[in-house]
Amino acid sequence: MRTGWLDRNIKWAFTLPAVLFVLIMMAFPIAYTFRTSFYNWSMSAANPSTWVGLDNYRILLSEQRFWNAVGSTFYFTGLALALETVLGTAIALVLYRNFAGKNVAKTLFLLPMVATPVAMGLVWLLIYEPSIGGANAFLQLLGLKPVDWLGNPKNVIPSLAIVDIWQWTPMISLIVMAGLSTLPHEPYEAADVDGATGWQKLTQITLPLVRPTIMVAVMLRLIDVLKTFDIIYSTTQGGPGNASETLNIYSYVQGFQYFKLGMASSLLVMFFMLVMGLTLIFIWMRKRLGVQ
Amino acid sequence: MYPNRLKKIIAVTAGVSVLGSMLAACGDAGAGDKGKDAASGEAGAKPFAGKRITAYLGNTGTTDIIKAQLPEFEAKTGMKVEIQNFANDQLSQKITVQMTSGSAEPDVAMIRPAQEVKLFNKNGWMQPLDEYVKKNPGFEFEDLTKAALDSTTDNGKVVAIPMVTEQAMFYYRKDLLEKAGLSVPKTLDELEAAVKKLHDPANGIYGFVARGQKAALVTQLSSFIYSEGGDFQKGDTAAVNTPEALKGINRYVNLLKNYGPPGVLNMDWPQALGVFSQGKAAFFTDTSSILPSVIDKDKSTVVDKIGYAMFPAGSAGSKPYNNTAWGMMMNARTANKDAAWAFIEWATGKEIMTKAQAMGVPGARNSIWNDPGANAKFPKEFIPIIQESIKAAVGHDRPMVINVGEARDMIGDVVVKGILNEDVKTAADKANKDFQALIDKEKSSK
Repeated sequence: MRTGWLDRNIKWAFTLPAVLFVLIMMAFPIAYTFRTSFYNWSMSAANPSTWVGLDNYRILLSEQRFWNAVGSTFYFTGLALALETVLGTAIALVLYRNFAGKNVAKTLFLLPMVATPVAMGLVWLLIYEPSIGGANAFLQLLGLKPVDWLGNPKNVIPSLAIVDIWQWTPMISLIVMAGLSTLPHEPYEAADVDGATGWQKLTQITLPLVRPTIMVAVMLRLIDVLKTFDIIYSTTQGGPGNASETLNIYSYVQGFQYFKLGMASSLLVMFFMLVMGLTLIFIWMRKRLGVQ
Repeated sequence: MYPNRLKKIIAVTAGVSVLGSMLAACGDAGAGDKGKDAASGEAGAKPFAGKRITAYLGNTGTTDIIKAQLPEFEAKTGMKVEIQNFANDQLSQKITVQMTSGSAEPDVAMIRPAQEVKLFNKNGWMQPLDEYVKKNPGFEFEDLTKAALDSTTDNGKVVAIPMVTEQAMFYYRKDLLEKAGLSVPKTLDELEAAVKKLHDPANGIYGFVARGQKAALVTQLSSFIYSEGGDFQKGDTAAVNTPEALKGINRYVNLLKNYGPPGVLNMDWPQALGVFSQGKAAFFTDTSSILPSVIDKDKSTVVDKIGYAMFPAGSAGSKPYNNTAWGMMMNARTANKDAAWAFIEWATGKEIMTKAQAMGVPGARNSIWNDPGANAKFPKEFIPIIQESIKAAVGHDRPMVINVGEARDMIGDVVVKGILNEDVKTAADKANKDFQALIDKEKSSK
């Protein structure tokens, strides 16, 4: 009898912690950030925050530095994501075949993914060091001219994209490999009977069948690449000048270097909407394309 | 069965947390009571027995000394000091977050005065220390250098005690100068000529290296501007585009653009020092407090070939900056003001400072600079240069505003644009306008 209430409501009791967690750790911060974005606040206890309405947004939208950050975010994301998808899928197709040492290769290949991004950023900072770093030593070995990887505004985003590609291509491969392993055998048998070439089998059967999985991998990566922070901050901090300052870096600078919490919040709100919008477009595209 | 147990678990958990908060409340009350006792019983053997304070410390040699000597201090005073150690930027953030939430912890913290005093004090986080510093003559408050004290004084009140200082230091390669038959440059013009002569990228030697990262470079740029007779601001007027400041900026830009190593735009001091330490640059200017890294035989291939000189003179003479790298403050909300001051008095006192300086950390006490025993770690030529620098110096190495970070970005951007071959004057005009707007905004919000 005493346990009756709990018995009847046990499903709520068990979901409650998760619901509370989402409310406290996710919904509240988002709502609070949204609220802060309409205020001017320097984290001071003596000077309380003041209501400025849409001023933060207006200032941001009118400044060149903000649009530069938007541009850098898209440039970095587009470059990294495109190459990661192509390379990741290709590598998954290679690793999916049977060959000696496959498991060793697979494990080694997945290693970059488990490394700490900040530590990797620092390692790449050394690799990219223009006069004593490994990357230029390698280029010189090949008889090529040394490159100013991170110190030149034109090179900095591609250089950072290389780090991201190196680290996260394995994730795309991993997901695509999982997709490959669920493919049915029948279409291949039928194709064999019809005398299809390997290339035909790849483009007509494998890729169309595995496409939904690739789309999922791309979407997961898209959200992550847009939000990249650690690699950029640990190598260039958004420099040289503002050349690699993405939206995420810019909001960090506004918040924790300039102590303009309201401005940082409005940046983050816009950034949040951007990520959300892109994700929704992506989901809609997937539906349009008729994949599930 | 299960639901029963679940209920029990919930009950116990709830009980424990209630009990926990009650205990915490008791703890607070207890601490308050003891605070009064301690203040009145100052002369007792262990005046702070049972007290607990928390100290946030940054990464310098001094911190190591404080940690090593702490057990002795704890035994003498009876208080327990919990030390938390952070890297520079993390320390700033941690203090900011704690103070913003109105926490009484940390009781004391190390800060970087030029970067933080104005902001922290404006926010009401810092306890004025004027009534404490003179309490105990043994603390020798007058021994602290004036320049250092200026940097920890805001609105006429001492809000932190200086611990570590740093001066613009001019490092060069003795062997390269000798080989080329050059003497050590005494003026910026001579420096430019010498840099030009020694610049030999084909053989992996660049004439000059210094910081090129936007915000980081501003402190090193400062000595160039001062030595040409400029400053970042004159009172409340931005002065970034005055002829004097422009002359200094142009010198810095030209040295790095024409004779600097590749990738200089992404260099803070560790990268710039790396180039110098690997024997790839003839001249290097940065702060004196990085000396322990400069003379580290494990990290450098040229330790024995490094010379030290006074910052070269511009048209206004040699005006290196003399900045206070670290100071120690007391949280205005601490419940343990006396214990906190006892800790600060000890940690910034002569004994610890002498030990730190003996490790190669430049301190803020005049008497220690005159004590040969305390300066054994420094290369011989180093000490007179610091002593001279302190006399000639300007007491700040960055813009003196509340929002230093933003101002540094504005000013650093001028140099970055210059190195990228954009027009320095145009960039400086824009920076000056933005900087003036920042100063005005800070004035009006006071």
